[in-house]
Amino acid sequence: MRGSKDGVRFTRRQFVAAGAIGGAAIAVGCSAHNHGGWDFLSDDQALALAAMCDRIIPADDFPCASQAGVVTYIDHQLARTYRRHRNAYRDGLEQADAMSRKRFGHDLTELSSQQQVEIVGAIEQQNRKFFDLVREHTFEGYYGSPRHGGNRDAISWRMLGLAEPPVLGRAQYDLRRGPAS
Amino acid sequence: MKRVNAVVVGAGAAGGIVAKQLSTAGMSVVLLERGKWYTSNDCRKDDLRNQRITRLGNAFGPEDDGNPRVLVDVEGVPHIMLPSEGGYQNNAACVGSGTLSYGAMAWRYLPQDFRMRSTYGAPAGSSLEDWPISYDDLEPYYEKAEYEIGISGDDSDAPFRGPRRRPLPMPPLPPNREFQILEPAAKHLGLHPFPVPMARNSVPYNDRGPCMRCRWCVGFACEVDAKNGSQNTVIPKALATGNCELRTECMAREILTDDRGRARGVAYYDAAGRLQQQPSDIVVVSACAIESARLLLSSKSRLFPDGLGNRHDQVGRNLQGHHYTGAVGFFDFDTYDDVGPGASIAVSDYNHGTPGLCGGGMLANEFIRLPIQMVDQMPNGTPRWGLAHKQAMRCFFKRNIVVMGPTQQIPTADARVTLDPTVRDKWGMPVARISGNVHSHTFEIGLVQAQRAEAWLKEAGAMSTLINAGKPTTVSAGQHQAGTCRMGNDPQSSVVNRNCQLHDVDNVFVIDSSVHVTNGGFNPALTIMAIAYFASDALVHNWKGTGFRS
Repeated sequence: MRGSKDGVRFTRRQFVAAGAIGGAAIAVGCSAHNHGGWDFLSDDQALALAAMCDRIIPADDFPCASQAGVVTYIDHQLARTYRRHRNAYRDGLEQADAMSRKRFGHDLTELSSQQQVEIVGAIEQQNRKFFDLVREHTFEGYYGSPRHGGNRDAISWRMLGLAEPPVLGRAQYDLRRGPAS
Repeated sequence: MKRVNAVVVGAGAAGGIVAKQLSTAGMSVVLLERGKWYTSNDCRKDDLRNQRITRLGNAFGPEDDGNPRVLVDVEGVPHIMLPSEGGYQNNAACVGSGTLSYGAMAWRYLPQDFRMRSTYGAPAGSSLEDWPISYDDLEPYYEKAEYEIGISGDDSDAPFRGPRRRPLPMPPLPPNREFQILEPAAKHLGLHPFPVPMARNSVPYNDRGPCMRCRWCVGFACEVDAKNGSQNTVIPKALATGNCELRTECMAREILTDDRGRARGVAYYDAAGRLQQQPSDIVVVSACAIESARLLLSSKSRLFPDGLGNRHDQVGRNLQGHHYTGAVGFFDFDTYDDVGPGASIAVSDYNHGTPGLCGGGMLANEFIRLPIQMVDQMPNGTPRWGLAHKQAMRCFFKRNIVVMGPTQQIPTADARVTLDPTVRDKWGMPVARISGNVHSHTFEIGLVQAQRAEAWLKEAGAMSTLINAGKPTTVSAGQHQAGTCRMGNDPQSSVVNRNCQLHDVDNVFVIDSSVHVTNGGFNPALTIMAIAYFASDALVHNWKGTGFRS
């Protein structure tokens, strides 16, 4: 894998390891694990998705989407609430790689960040439905509650200047409890 | 099952009050609720799964599995909706219903809101009508709701309001930063701002403490139980009488009738999914506008082949909610102080009296926003993604104010709830099918309201603004749903009389927002509560032990 200019991307090995740790921490109590520690995605899908998410929320002096756990969040939900979006992700990510190969001769993850921006922009034009889905889920994973595996250490809230843990009230950040039912 | 005096279907804003009023008067009551009973311990502060942001489902029901509805769009194409999707037009399914997790604005409607047709005339194609009751009829019951539920605020200086005999029982919460920014701006514009009345303790009240002003308010159960709904006020009182039994996770299937055409009880599915029958002398339907209509329409029999109370094809019509419009203002200084509930200041100068417009609505600043709510509310020209979007979030998350309000909708008879011919819920019952839209004049009013919100923000110093005045292609009923069992004097054009009693069946009542003829330019909760007290009073007064005084 090529090094990246912005210096925020993981190598494949580091990324898979990070996913495995994140995935295991999230999935306490869940039995079935497949490849690489992801609940639903394959390693290649996870990398392609990370590339897409990281163009939607790139790093500045605060982390990019995947560093904040967005891929962990989306993967986690694809095995749960977002089961209905599995096909969209499977097909959409495959299409993203196909577009990358056609235009630049490599998979999405292997492109420079500028090339990735072009591809993600092309997906937005050509498959708006899939792009909007990824965009929405990326924002959820980055700006939403840390309990679902994204927004690691409430990093986006700190970025926006919100006190974490909150000044008022209990800190209800307990990964072992599932959503209220 | 032992026969009781009354079965109340739905333990929400209205049903809880009816149960309390009837059981306090000595009647035996069974209160059925399809959802669970949550408490402040169920406040999970989950930004993605609550009752307002439902990306990962509704925190307080209904759950996505087995509870579909059908929404018909402008082209007549039906879409199956999940409860967590906006088009579902959801209201919470739990004890307290919306009042467990609402923002808790507690408005009285204005006297003109009960006389919309007399005030403006009905626009062509609309079903705009007057209520058969007036503000004055309801005033004592507004007061009762304010004191029993517990409302904080101060409208003593507000010129645009109906007369009141007593002030609100609690003072408003101290002003937050948005209040301090918006108040002088409103006064410069010649408006009359005042604190939003809230069903929220600002001081200890009803044996519970005050609001601690956290960030997780609208959409969440209150962590310190300072938000006042039926679940922590009237329902515990009803149960304490010993005359009321609350059965949760019980889904009403139909109102049973005898061969003389009177109701004899309710058939429902209990928590284990078993079909049960609860015999009763009277039935009160308080399931909110969509589900109340659905229950009446589902209660078919030889005498009522089109559903109960539906002899003139009125049940389910005139569905309405509110058309929310407004603006976001972006500032070059911090407006965010992390102090809930956020919504704090309102004007009702624009509810009535604009030439050429049939009404208007209140404008207020929005509840405190969580970051996920701001991602699509960035200044015009901000890219939808990428570094520029992230930096806009960093720049403006703490530097924006949202002013918006519920434009009073002009109802139409075509906006309606029917039973879907094919889609069933998990109990095998036909689901609600929602079709039609409100009168298009509503959108003209909404646009003017948004421009007024924008002007207020600019006066307050906004550098730029973003107008939100969409034109929804379906009815926007949601938590403010109303109108489907219209109250009226004429049995041919309404479903219930002024006491919320079915014209067709004298021992069946519909007591909830279904009876609203029009829905005011305000959040409807306090009006729903006032009507529940009003109708319960009439019911208890006319009740003779086995039947009704004629």
